[in-house]
Amino acid sequence: MGERTNPALATGRSIPTRRNTELAMLLFATVVVMAAQAIVDATVRGSVGLNVLWYGAGFAGVWLVAHLVVRRFARYADPLILPAVALLNGLGLVLIARLDAAAALDAESSGEPIPGGDAPLQLAWTLVGLVLFLLVLLFIRDHRVLARYGYTFGAAGLVLLAIPAVLPTSISEVNGAKLWIRVAGFSIQPGEFAKIALLIFFAAYLVAKRDVLSLASRRVLGLELPRGQDLGPVLVAWLASLGVLVFEKDLGSSLLLFGIFVVMLYIATERVSWLAIGLLLFSAGAFLAYQLFTHVQIRVKVWLDPFAFRNDEGFQIVQSLLGLGTGGMFGTGLGGGRPDSLNIYAKTDFIITTIGEELGLFGLVGVLMLYLILVERGFRASLLVRDAFGKLLAAGLAFSVALQVFVVVGGVTRLIPLTGLTTPFVSYGGSSLVANFALVALLVRISDAARRPAAPIGAPPPLAETQTEVLSR
Amino acid sequence: MNKPVRRVAIAMLVLFALLVINVNFIQVVRATEYQADPGNTRVLLEEYERQRGSIVVDGRAVASSRSTPGDQLAYLRTYANGPMYVQATGYYSLIYSTAGIERAENDVLSGNSDSLFVRRLTDLFTGREPKGGNVELTLDARAQEAAFTALADSGATGAVVALDPQTGAILAMVSTPSYDPNQLSSHDPQAIRAYAQTLDDAELDPRLNRGTQDNYPPGSVFKVIVAAAALEEGYDPDTLIPAPDVLELPQSSATIRNFGGSSCNAGADQALIDALTISCNTAFAQLGIDLGESTLRDVAERFGIDDTGYEMPLPVAQSTIGDIADGAALAQSSIGQRDVRLTPIQAASVVATIGNGGTVLQPYLVAETQEPDLTVIDASEPQEVREAISSDVAESLTEMMVSVVENGSGVNAQIDGVAVAGKTGTAEVDEGIAPHAWFAGFAPAENPQIAVAVFLANGGDSGSETTGGRAAAPIARAVMQAYLRLGGG
Repeated sequence: MGERTNPALATGRSIPTRRNTELAMLLFATVVVMAAQAIVDATVRGSVGLNVLWYGAGFAGVWLVAHLVVRRFARYADPLILPAVALLNGLGLVLIARLDAAAALDAESSGEPIPGGDAPLQLAWTLVGLVLFLLVLLFIRDHRVLARYGYTFGAAGLVLLAIPAVLPTSISEVNGAKLWIRVAGFSIQPGEFAKIALLIFFAAYLVAKRDVLSLASRRVLGLELPRGQDLGPVLVAWLASLGVLVFEKDLGSSLLLFGIFVVMLYIATERVSWLAIGLLLFSAGAFLAYQLFTHVQIRVKVWLDPFAFRNDEGFQIVQSLLGLGTGGMFGTGLGGGRPDSLNIYAKTDFIITTIGEELGLFGLVGVLMLYLILVERGFRASLLVRDAFGKLLAAGLAFSVALQVFVVVGGVTRLIPLTGLTTPFVSYGGSSLVANFALVALLVRISDAARRPAAPIGAPPPLAETQTEVLSR
Repeated sequence: MNKPVRRVAIAMLVLFALLVINVNFIQVVRATEYQADPGNTRVLLEEYERQRGSIVVDGRAVASSRSTPGDQLAYLRTYANGPMYVQATGYYSLIYSTAGIERAENDVLSGNSDSLFVRRLTDLFTGREPKGGNVELTLDARAQEAAFTALADSGATGAVVALDPQTGAILAMVSTPSYDPNQLSSHDPQAIRAYAQTLDDAELDPRLNRGTQDNYPPGSVFKVIVAAAALEEGYDPDTLIPAPDVLELPQSSATIRNFGGSSCNAGADQALIDALTISCNTAFAQLGIDLGESTLRDVAERFGIDDTGYEMPLPVAQSTIGDIADGAALAQSSIGQRDVRLTPIQAASVVATIGNGGTVLQPYLVAETQEPDLTVIDASEPQEVREAISSDVAESLTEMMVSVVENGSGVNAQIDGVAVAGKTGTAEVDEGIAPHAWFAGFAPAENPQIAVAVFLANGGDSGSETTGGRAAAPIARAVMQAYLRLGGG
């Protein structure tokens, strides 16, 4: 099926591939990242060396490979997705290296052994992520093939999700959350991969079942409610999410999974009633969780008045707020802040605080805008792509990034209660990084299909496309 | 499916807008508040990058920052004679923020003051290492040392405050038990916490400045104010006033006796000056009743008692004459008991006012603030608060207070060749607890250079009015001698 759309170039209509735009934007991202590294060197080490050039060359080289692969295998892909990810990832690397340097200084002054830095490892994971990115683009020439393996992905997703819950605590628990597989010095968070597998499954499943799920039984208060017997899938998703919360104590992933499912259900069926039902179930779940789990109560309590718990449970969030406030509008400058000695999660959950402290309001909003570009480009691909599966998958992927960013940034800035989630592409953590590269590869693939010129007249349209045409309003 | 996708895309736009609005709120609206938060060590850490200015007494730094190469914090704050000056300097702690002048003058010392703006700007362009400004205190090194040594040697809990009667400058300010600010200002968080714990565990809080931050019943020292009220009302030092052995209190079955039940003048009337000299309780209680509450309150308030607390620039607690419900309360208040409470610095201010011819001057601790190159930013000027009593009354009071030291309860404050004016006090606290011992006075009487108040918590022994004179007066004398460069004695 994939091969059929490829010769579309021959139709004669010239659609710009925008690959040169992407290349220019990637170069721009490289310049920004090099400048950031130079500033960190200047403030932390007091001198800027040639190493900045090496870093820059390495960074540019790696992303050039990615660019060339996109140019070859997804030439109509959206030109902004890759540069946005490259810049976020590059800034993340600079920040992690900067926090390493601070930790080393700390250890040096207190006479303790200097800890090995996290930046080299994160760099290695970035490379692994890029390889996965390339592999996805190479082997999945047409995203629609994924729909065929929907149930396989679903099963794989559930297994990945469940592994840490059944593993002994000594292997799977870090800081109270059971999300890990720790073997031989490596920690893997299978949930990050489960998220993508389940997204593919949701998209495949919902596209297949949406006719049934969008049948209304009756109208209540202007909402067309689904039939009772169709509530099954949403209840299963709800129970699975609660399971994650109960067995893995992971508020963030639980919220994320359920949110993704409900929104995809809504998009597939175009029935607002599913959103209402989802919200109702979410409220019930949240209420139950609050009643049953002290760690949920603590999160809420700290959220309502963090300064009352500034020396214990609220320490992190208070330090985050103080750091952001100290950064103010323009920030202390990269390397000029003090996120290191105060915040043990500075590289992971609270890396957004480091950005806000050192780059200020402008830097933080800039980073948020990068995410917004990525997200809205994802939705754009969803709007443009012709097949229903691709539409649903792209929207789901874009939504998952948006929701995750909202939950983590909202958490550290006390807009909503704090839940443990990584900041995509920026936070330290291999699993999250690698999984998100796969996610972006899928988005790139779908955006390529979206902008690719239509197949020559006469070629029969794929089945999924006809379906879309019939049902779209 | 495009319609719901568009809706979700717009919803995400709204979520991001919420994030942006929220960070604007945190980083712009609340930024100043968060920066000033005492839990925000970021600002403190930032300050450690710059050499903090010195706190100077008589040209010598009592607090200074020295560079600590190899340390993550570039400068270490050290205090020469830490425990002696700590009530003025305060501390500069990684963990417990700042106190004292370190806090009150932080903007100058850290170099963040608006008045150092031009300096910072030129530092930026010339590449000169930025530094904080200096704060020169009004303290006199000899007076301070004499006060601290004498108070520490006495073993008492208490305070000494000395003022320059002609300017209001604070010449000495010590409080015991004291503590070492070096221990709170080190770079070792564990050692800092451990030391703070010992301070927390101490029965009497060493961090409390008993000279300014707390008030105590002044006992007979308050008779100076009653005497001032009488003189203002037309009495003169030789006016005879009733001095019964036992005074029946109006509207009450209680009585007032003299210390140890002694007699002032065998029950006969006594001259005002003599009543003050021997500190006759019954005479002053009756005098207070005769003058009336409003007169007494009025004069006390003109001396600054019952003014709200002020900053000099360290916070000073309020002194008060208290509620006076009836005649009995008025009688007891007139001898400095009941609800009358003075801070030692207020007691010093009262006698300084008398020495200064009746004009109340605002006490101040900072002589001047300087840029790092010692250029003066701001120099303090004496500030008149108000006229408390006429100069005639002040003169008569001085005469009476000289008599106290020459012939009365204050003989222990006598200095050879110098006329000292003063008043002792022994304030009863509670049954079975030793009374507070006080002395407040100034010298030389004819041209006052220094006014001193000494307060010893539970430092007297019951039954004798002279205990205030016995315990507190020698400390005042030591401070005066040191300041007047008269050598020990």
